Order: sequence, then structure tokens, then C-alpha cells
Amino acid sequence: MKAKTHFAFFDEGSKKEIRRATLKAVAIPGYQVPFASREMPIARGWGTGGLQLTLSLIGKTDVLKVIDQGSDESVNAVSIKKLVQDTTGVQLTERTEEADIIQSRHRIPESELTKNQILVLQVPLPEPLRPIEAREYKTKRMHAEDDYSGAWLLLFEQIMKYGKTATTADHPVSVKDRYVMAPSPIPRFDNPKMDHSEALILLGAGREKKIYAVPPYTSVKSLAFDDYPFTVESFEGAHCHLCGTADVFMDELIDHDTGTTIYQCNDTAHCMDQLNKQEEVEVESIYV
Amino acid sequence: MGYVPVKGGTEAIEASIKRVKYERLKGEAIIEIETILSTMRALVDQVMSESSLYSPHLAALAIKQAEGSMEEAVFLMRAHRSTLPRLYYSEPVETENMFVQRRISASFKDIPGGQLLGATYDYTHRLLDFDLIDEKKADYTHWLQRYFKELQEVDVQENIQHFPKVVEYLRNEGLFAQYEIDNTQPEDITKQSLEFPASRSARLQVLTRGQTGAVTSLAYASLRGYGEVHPTVGEVRVGSLPIYVKHPNEAASSEEEEFYIGDIQVTEVESFVPVNVKNDKNEEELDFEIGYGICYGQNETKAIAISILDQCLEHAHAEYPTHDEEFVLLHIDSVESSGFISHLKLPHYVTFQSKLDSIRQVKKGAQVIES
Repeated sequence: MKAKTHFAFFDEGSKKEIRRATLKAVAIPGYQVPFASREMPIARGWGTGGLQLTLSLIGKTDVLKVIDQGSDESVNAVSIKKLVQDTTGVQLTERTEEADIIQSRHRIPESELTKNQILVLQVPLPEPLRPIEAREYKTKRMHAEDDYSGAWLLLFEQIMKYGKTATTADHPVSVKDRYVMAPSPIPRFDNPKMDHSEALILLGAGREKKIYAVPPYTSVKSLAFDDYPFTVESFEGAHCHLCGTADVFMDELIDHDTGTTIYQCNDTAHCMDQLNKQEEVEVESIYV
Repeated sequence: MGYVPVKGGTEAIEASIKRVKYERLKGEAIIEIETILSTMRALVDQVMSESSLYSPHLAALAIKQAEGSMEEAVFLMRAHRSTLPRLYYSEPVETENMFVQRRISASFKDIPGGQLLGATYDYTHRLLDFDLIDEKKADYTHWLQRYFKELQEVDVQENIQHFPKVVEYLRNEGLFAQYEIDNTQPEDITKQSLEFPASRSARLQVLTRGQTGAVTSLAYASLRGYGEVHPTVGEVRVGSLPIYVKHPNEAASSEEEEFYIGDIQVTEVESFVPVNVKNDKNEEELDFEIGYGICYGQNETKAIAISILDQCLEHAHAEYPTHDEEFVLLHIDSVESSGFISHLKLPHYVTFQSKLDSIRQVKKGAQVIES
């Protein structure tokens, strides 16, 4: 009673169903399309939504990149890549520009994505109105009626309490001026990258059984008031201690020798790319 | 300057996978699938029920691979289930046709067909049996021989007996309402995601694959005070049911042409729940409703708990969480709850950095209001 696994894990019926939900999601930007959501060989909450999208999309000639919190080598990214490669045999890459499909948890790569790429984001909690209303039956209605007063009130309450909006990652966005959407827990720093992105962005929530999308060249606005504009995380004066880059999202680390705070690019592939470029320049300057 | 790892995840993960295999093998003894099948009936049943995949053999394999962890075994089975094409739906099963192994009623002493205790732990004393530490083959073969001999002295009925449902007896007396048979196609929650308000077929499917502990706890909470359902167990029956499928290509086929594909063992419960209803004259009257529970294998606590929650969810007006279908149905799945709890172990460096930033900005002082 031994069984071999099908190409890309799923049976074809399952893939078809996921693709149908995906097409609907692309057709209605920011709207959460319910789908059956199969149980995966990795745990619910560990990227099964993203994984189902990736497996339903991937073809034999595609090149895949998987990152977790900015890192290609994070244990969960490694585990997901291994599963996809074991069941498809596709080529893997760490270089953002080489990838056809990029599956990511909680980050959008630093280098700009192109129209030939698809970004798949893993989503833990797809419902931006959940902090306001626990019941799905009601939040679904609120979306249908374009009733986002709760989301605005949440920001307003923060201003009243703290004197400013105090959202962290997963700052809600309005897609094509219609649906308010959870961008997944990407830092606010990444929210602007969604706006008019050339790449198709697909978001999958496996446990919550929802697929939604931001089609290419679609407007994505972070919710904010005119007098309290949207702000991203501040890394003022910080630069990466490895490659020297500024203006990227940084990990904050402690130098164990000196006890001081140092910064490092969170996007490890971007950091490597910068280091390689610097090396090239250095090598050329010596041998020319 | 300190060393900050950029790479290394792949090797660490390989080493961890090796280590967990080592933990399973380090005792240099393995358990055979056959041994699990013949000695861990309750565990196999529970794994099949929570994973909603009826295969004792695969369940035993999952138990072996998962070192006996329930949540891991269920997880393995569910993931395997995703790879299987679903080609047929079985024909409806009539539980009156069950080959009954055990059947009791807590409502009537003298039920038609009689009470049949069958195999149960209910009347055992829960004392550790230290003799089992040294149980030898000779001991159990001897015991079995004696048991078979005793059985031979028992009168055997010639025909297979089908037990009538207890509720039928009460229906005939007019104590329970008669309903038309509802032949609406049930929904399949594994092919369509659950939407609210959920149909009863969808609710029962979620309940039957729910985590035994979670289903039991919520039903207990409802019974104890956080709910309005106080049932009497009308009937618990455990036994096997034959499953048939229709010929996939022939449109009209008779029962004769259906294919028998095997038996499943189930536990089925019908709970009788008194409810107040208003009659024609607008007077309060006491009536009975049925809470229904069914699950794979022998797991009577779970089946009774399902019957309580089924009845709770039929009465959504009550202001208790156990009567709220989103509260109950979205939180009892083993793979979902254990998955989301365990995802907290994943790195949250980026999200935490974002939180840090937010707190720092707030502490720095309010944004200057431009006016």
C-alpha cells in the first residue's frame, strides 16, 4: 500500500478549484474569495495558503523563490522549498530577478518586481475587520455594504489614545478604492510596494480558507487620515553593517562584542546582491 | 564585530529532521503496524475520526510515524487525504441496517430489541492492571481459548437481527414529530469552504471531524451552564455499516447494481432534548427534539458531545458561545487549531520590528498636528 505523490502534490481536481478561486480573486481586486483549502503536509498557519497557490500555479519550467521574513534560508522557507521541489522538480533560486514565482511570508522583496513575476503572500488573518467584528457572517456583509467605518474608527481611536496611529505590520489598505484588505503582516514599509505593482500579487490564507489578489497596476492605498498621514517604519540614520545600504527594511541586531545596536538588511537576497556588486567593482578596479 | 548568520537554515533543518528520527529509533525497538491495529483500537478510531479518512491501516501507519502523537497522526492523514482524487459519493446509509455491536438507551429500560452492552470500558474499574506488564503469549491464548469455549455455550440466533431505532417507538406514540425524508444533497465542506449561516449537513461534518477533546469540552460547557441543552441519551449504537456506490456512468441504476465497497464502524447517538414550543392556542407546551451525533469508530463520548452541540447550533438565539456556530465550528478542528498555535514558533522578526517601531514612535511623542 505504497503511494507516489502526484505532480505538485495535489490531484488535478484540487488544483483546478484553487485556480478558479484565484481567477475570481484577480477579477475582484481585494475581495476575499472563499475556497475549500486542502490540508497540506506543512502545518496550518505555516504558509499553507501561499503553498496551495504556488502548487496550483507552478509548471515544470518555472523558477521558484521562497522567503520567510525576508530570508531565503529561514527554516520554514527551506521547508516549503523542499516540499515544492520534491513534488515538482522545479528549479529554485535565491535571486529575486530570476524567479517566476516568489512565495513570501511577511515581506515584499526590496528590488522591484516585474510583470513576468507573481508574488504569493502567506496570510494568517485575511479579515481586516476581524478586530472590530468576530463573526464572519457580519464582516462579509460589512464588505458588501462598503461599510468600513470600523476600520477608520480603529485608527481614530489610536490617535485619541496615543496622539498618532499606532498600527504595526498588516496595516489595512484600500484596493482600487473599493475593498479594504489585509496586506498580510508585511511591515508598513512594504505597503507602498503594492501600489501599482507590475507583478501580480496573490494572497492565500489556508486556515481561514480565503484567496485574494492585487492585479498588476492596481491602486493600493494604506488607510490614513489627511492630517495624520500614513508613515512607514523609521530607520533614520541606519545602514546595513554588511553591505552599507540604507533605505531598506532592517533587522535590528546587537553586536555581541561592543553591545551596540547594528542594522542588517532584512532581505538577505538583496544584501547578497549588493555585496556581490561591490565585489565586482572592487575586482575590476584592481585588474583594469 | 559579532557574527550574524545570514545562511545556515538548510543544514539546521536537515539535522533537526535526523534528530527526530533518531528519537523514534534510539530505543532500538519498533512497533509493527499489525500490533497497532490489534492493540490500539481506540487510538486508531480516534485518528480516523479526526482526520475524516476511514482507513485503519493508514491510521496505524500515521500513529507509528508520529510516535503516538494524536495531532501529528491526524495531520499526516489529512495531508494524505489532500492527494487523493475524490471520485464517488456513497449512497445514503440507513443506520437501521447497522450490524450492531453495542446499543444502549438511557431513556428507556425496555427498548424494543433490548439493551446490548457489547464491548465498553463503562463498567470497568479504572485500576492499573499490573499483570499486563508481564503478559505472555501463553496467557492470552489460554484466555482466548476459554472465552471461545464460553461463547459456544451461548445460544446463537439464526438470522442477523437489525435493531429498530428507539425514536421510532416514540414516534409511533406521537411524542416526536414525523418529518418528511429530506433528500437534499448534503454539502461537502472539503470541496466548498464553510459559509455562514451553515447548513445542518455542513455543521455535522465539521463536528464529526472535530478534535475529540475540543468537541467534548464545548459540549460539557453547554451542559454545565454555558448553554441551554439538557439531553437524555435516547440511543447510543456502535456497529458496522455497509457502504455502496452507484455505477459512475449509468444514469439510472437500481439498488441491485450498486457496488459494495466495504464496511465502516461508527458510533451513532440520538439525544432527546426537551424544548418549549407554542401550540395552536399559543400555550407553552413541552416537546422533544433530537440532537444527532455520529463519528467513525467507537468513540461514544465524542458522538454524544456532537449530539449536544448539534442541538445547541439548531437554537442559535441563545446567548451562549456554545450556541454560536462560528464560535463552535471554526475552533474545533485539530489541524487548524494546532497549526495556528504552533505557528507562533515561527520567527516573527519583521512583525516584531514593526511593533517595536510603533511603540518607539508613540513614546517619542505625538505627531504634530498640522493646522
